Amino acid sequence: MDVLPDVIVEARGLQKFFGEVEAVRGIDFSIQRGEVFGFLGPNGAGKTSTMRMISCMSPRSAGKLLVRGHDPAESGSEIRRGIGLVPQDDALDSEMSVLDNLHIYGRYFDIPRKEIRARAKVLLEFAQLTDRADSKVDNLSGGMRRRLTIARALISRPELVILDEPTTGLDPQARHLVWERLYQLRREGVTLIITTHYMDEAEQLCDRLVVMDRGLIVGAGTPRSLIEKTVAREVVEVRLDDGNYLSLVDRLGDHIDRAEILGDRLCCYGEDGDQILDLILALGIHPASSLVRRATLEDVFLFLTGRSLVD
Amino acid sequence: MTTYQQVLRLTPAMSFSWRRAQHVIEHNVMNYRRNWFYLVSGFFEPLFYLLGIGLGLGRLVGSLSVDGHPVSYATFVAPGLLAAAAMNGAMWDATFNFFFKLKVEKTFETMLATPLSVLDVACGELGWTLIRGAIYSSGFLVVMSIFGYCQSPLAILCLPAAGLISLAFGACGLAATSFMRSWQDLGTVSLAMLPMFLFSGTFYGLTFYPGWLQAIIRLTPLYQGVALLRDLDVGVLTPVMWVHVGYLCLLTLIGFIVVSHRLVRLLTP
Ligand SMILES: Nc1ncnc2c1ncn2[C@@H]1O[C@H](COP(=O)(O)OP(=O)(O)OP(=O)(O)O)[C@@H](O)[C@H]1O
Ligand SMILES: [Mg+2]
Repeated sequence: MDVLPDVIVEARGLQKFFGEVEAVRGIDFSIQRGEVFGFLGPNGAGKTSTMRMISCMSPRSAGKLLVRGHDPAESGSEIRRGIGLVPQDDALDSEMSVLDNLHIYGRYFDIPRKEIRARAKVLLEFAQLTDRADSKVDNLSGGMRRRLTIARALISRPELVILDEPTTGLDPQARHLVWERLYQLRREGVTLIITTHYMDEAEQLCDRLVVMDRGLIVGAGTPRSLIEKTVAREVVEVRLDDGNYLSLVDRLGDHIDRAEILGDRLCCYGEDGDQILDLILALGIHPASSLVRRATLEDVFLFLTGRSLVD
Repeated sequence: MTTYQQVLRLTPAMSFSWRRAQHVIEHNVMNYRRNWFYLVSGFFEPLFYLLGIGLGLGRLVGSLSVDGHPVSYATFVAPGLLAAAAMNGAMWDATFNFFFKLKVEKTFETMLATPLSVLDVACGELGWTLIRGAIYSSGFLVVMSIFGYCQSPLAILCLPAAGLISLAFGACGLAATSFMRSWQDLGTVSLAMLPMFLFSGTFYGLTFYPGWLQAIIRLTPLYQGVALLRDLDVGVLTPVMWVHVGYLCLLTLIGFIVVSHRLVRLLTP
């Protein structure tokens, strides 16, 4: 019996150029079998470019890449056999029915027709599309299409599923349904790679993640470690009528780890948010509004790049 | 599997398998299961030409001669229309449908996320243009034989010859479409097809044209196809046929090489 290597994707100095555009500028990461690995980053960070290289759909410009133990430049077809891709734009066959979409995709993987029918039944159930099996894809809602795309990616029973922004454009209910399904896959031991620009999604789903910005990885780790390492556990957001934030930061001094002015608010980071707020009040300052919350990946992103993730 | 390329070294270096290419054809078949009407309707166009021009106009024209064989005008026109059927069947899929899948529906990107390679896609699409052309040309050949326009048992060779015409047009059509940027560009291709259909010896011989124009027309793939089919239909075998066959094979090869390189550029940036 083959012993499966623990690392399913390994990249060293991975780069991607499109002519003059440097989409990915040398990134390192390794993804363990069975984990949910996230790529978090704003528009144009290079997430899709990276996904396309991992799924052997676009050749790398430089660096090393191993997927499922092989080099995409040599055995793309072989590697793709074990990958399920959910592309950023669904790219479904809009003229065909839901069931036919699953069917033809299964055929691309050489799966016998009878086997496809059996799997499709289960997958339609999984995607909650059983009663829409014969609808034309054109007539589905965005959320249904996304679920169909995920179901389609699973027809070949891949060991690695790559999801490029699985929930962008979905309403909260549809998003939670997709998350639910992703948890289920993870429980079944499937390795998931997810890109997103929603930090809550990354925090909820990912075991480990990297933060990408302008083609580079600017932070890596588990969501919690990344937050605590980069910013601090908690945040106090205050809004002052006079907007004199600099003097407030001065007076707080060493009592806070960091401070950041975000538009018309001041964010103060520290171990204990309530304590910081008490301190501000004790200084005789009465904020127009205040909020104590746990620090999120959004804050991490702000620190790492100096820009907000979702404007 | 890569031996094909090692022989040719002209197509992009990547894996290829007939089995995978078949799934690309299967995709087309599934697509047409819902649109079978379009598939069938294309068969009637050359039939209407045959009835309207071959029979109708033919009464005014009288008889003509092919390689010294006197034939009725309808018998003269029929092989020309057979070539046009093979051409149109292939071109419809090689232009509009191929463009739709390439640029609008992103069908090929979806295929390339699976074990399919660009070469599988190019080959499967070419195979499908051949199938579509063959459906029309074999249907039309049956009609020809029913009406008695097949002058010799050798006319059965029209079938593979028509297949070759479909392949040549299919490959060149795919190659041309891969350079198109909009539906308007495609319209230009259709516009260019019409004079080729009308003036490539389909309805009358080339003797009406001045010598230089004849030389140009002889270079069109449709003329090559019509000349081939017309000789086969009356049962004349000449060495010139090999020139026609070779020319159509060459066009197929060039078209296929061009389209496979274009697809690599377009689909795997
Ligand atoms: N085919 C291409 N040709 C030229 N430039 C490209 C191509 N694909 C991507 N780029 C460029 O590469 C950069 C990274 O794009 P990419 O799609 O990887 O970002 P992303 O992180 O997926 O962004 P988004 O969140 O908007 O999907 C961008 O500047 C983009 O314009
Ligand atoms: Mg993207």
